[in-house]
Amino acid sequence: MPSTRDIRRRIKSVKNTAQITKAMQMVAAAKMKKAQDAATQGRAYVDLLNKVLVSLQERAEENVHPYFSEGKGSKVLVILITSDKGLCGAFNTNLMKKVLTSGLGAETDFVTVGRKGGQSLARLKKNLVADFSLKDPASFPDLRPVAKLLQDKFLSGDYQKVLVGFNNFINTATISPSLEQLLPINPVTLGGRRSFEGVGQGEVVDASKGPVLDYSFEPSTAEVFAQVLPQYVSNTLFQMLLESRASEHSSRMVAMKNATDNAKQMLKDLSLEYNKLRQAAITNELLEITTAKMALE
Amino acid sequence: MLLEIVTPEGKAFSDDVSGVVLPGALGELGILPNHASLVSTLTAGELRYTKDGKTHDLAIGAGFAEVTGERVNVLTEMAVRDSQIDETAVQAALERAQNRLKEDVLPEEIAAVEAAIANSLAQLHLKRKRRTI
Repeated sequence: MPSTRDIRRRIKSVKNTAQITKAMQMVAAAKMKKAQDAATQGRAYVDLLNKVLVSLQERAEENVHPYFSEGKGSKVLVILITSDKGLCGAFNTNLMKKVLTSGLGAETDFVTVGRKGGQSLARLKKNLVADFSLKDPASFPDLRPVAKLLQDKFLSGDYQKVLVGFNNFINTATISPSLEQLLPINPVTLGGRRSFEGVGQGEVVDASKGPVLDYSFEPSTAEVFAQVLPQYVSNTLFQMLLESRASEHSSRMVAMKNATDNAKQMLKDLSLEYNKLRQAAITNELLEITTAKMALE
Repeated sequence: MLLEIVTPEGKAFSDDVSGVVLPGALGELGILPNHASLVSTLTAGELRYTKDGKTHDLAIGAGFAEVTGERVNVLTEMAVRDSQIDETAVQAALERAQNRLKEDVLPEEIAAVEAAIANSLAQLHLKRKRRTI
C-alpha cells in the first residue's frame, strides 16, 4: 500500500511527462502541416513528369537509355528512408519489418537516409554502403548527392535494380510502409503507378488509353531522355522523401497524442486513489479520537 | 489550348491560352493549337503566352515541355512573373553564384551553380526588358 506522499510524488511526475508530450505533440503538429503541404504540392510535378514519361516510353525504341533495362549485376540496392529521431511510434519499425520480410536476398546493399534506419541495419549486420542524414524540412539540393550516388551505382552495372523503402503518406492516421522499384524504370508499372501520384489528384495514367502520339523530339531523342530521366529519378526520390517526412511528423503527432491521453488517464486514476487514501486516513483518525474519548469516559 | 506550368513546389500556372512561345534548347518555339506532338528540352529564359489578345511573360528555368494537340505541359524548376521578381535579391544571388564558380567548386556542384546563374539571368532579363519600354 503506497502512502499518500508516494502517490503525490507520482502525480507530479506524470503531470510533468504529460506536459512534455503535449508540447512535443504541438511541435509535431506544426511541422506536420508544413510537411504535408510540401508533399501534396510536390505531387503535381512528379505526376506530370510521370505522365510525360508514360507517353514517351510508348514511343521510344528499345534500349534508348540504360535506365530502362536491368543492370548486369545480381546485387540489389535498397534506399531506406527513415527518420532521424525516435519517439514517433511504429514509424521506423513497420518500415524495417516491411523491407526485411520482402524476400531480399543476401546480395542486398543498403543506402540509408535518416539515422534510425542506419542504426538498425548496423545492428542487423547488413551491408551498408552509405548513410545520409538530411535536415528537416527537406530541400532538393540536399538530396542531390543521394540521387547522384544511386544513379552512379546503377550505371556502374553492379546492381540489377534499385529499390526505395519509405513510408507513404496517405492521411494523418494512415501511413503505409512501401518498397518501390526506382530503377530500372519499369514500363509496366509506370502506367499503373504509385499510389501517391493518384492521391488527391484523382487521375492515374492508363497507358493503354488515349492515342499513341507520334512525338518529335527536340533536339534529339537521346538528349531528351538524357535530361528527362535523371530528373525523373531525383524528383521521384525527392517526392518519396517528402512523403516520408509528412508520415514521420504525423505518426509522431499521433504517438505523442496517445502518450498525453494516457498520462491524463493515469492522472485521473492516481487522483482517485489519492483521495480515497486521504479519506480513509481522516476516517481512521476520527475513529481513533472518538474511541479515545469514549475510553476516557 | 491548355497551358500547364508545373514546378517541384507546385502548379505555377494552368489556363487556357491561344498561343505560347517557349525557350527551347534550339531557339524559341512558337506553339499554336493543334501543333504536332513534340517533346523538347527547355533552357532558362522567357516564356510568353497569349490570352485574349494580350501577351504575358514569365521567367522559367531549365526543364522540358510536352506538346500535344490540345495541351502544353511545361516542367521546370522555376517559374516567376515579372511582379514576383525582386531585382536586388536576384542580382545578389547571381553575384553569389558567380563568385562560387570562381572559387573551388566540387565537380558535382558545378551544374547546380550554373543552373542557378541561368535562372537568375532569365529573371533579370525579364525584369529589365520591361523597364526600358
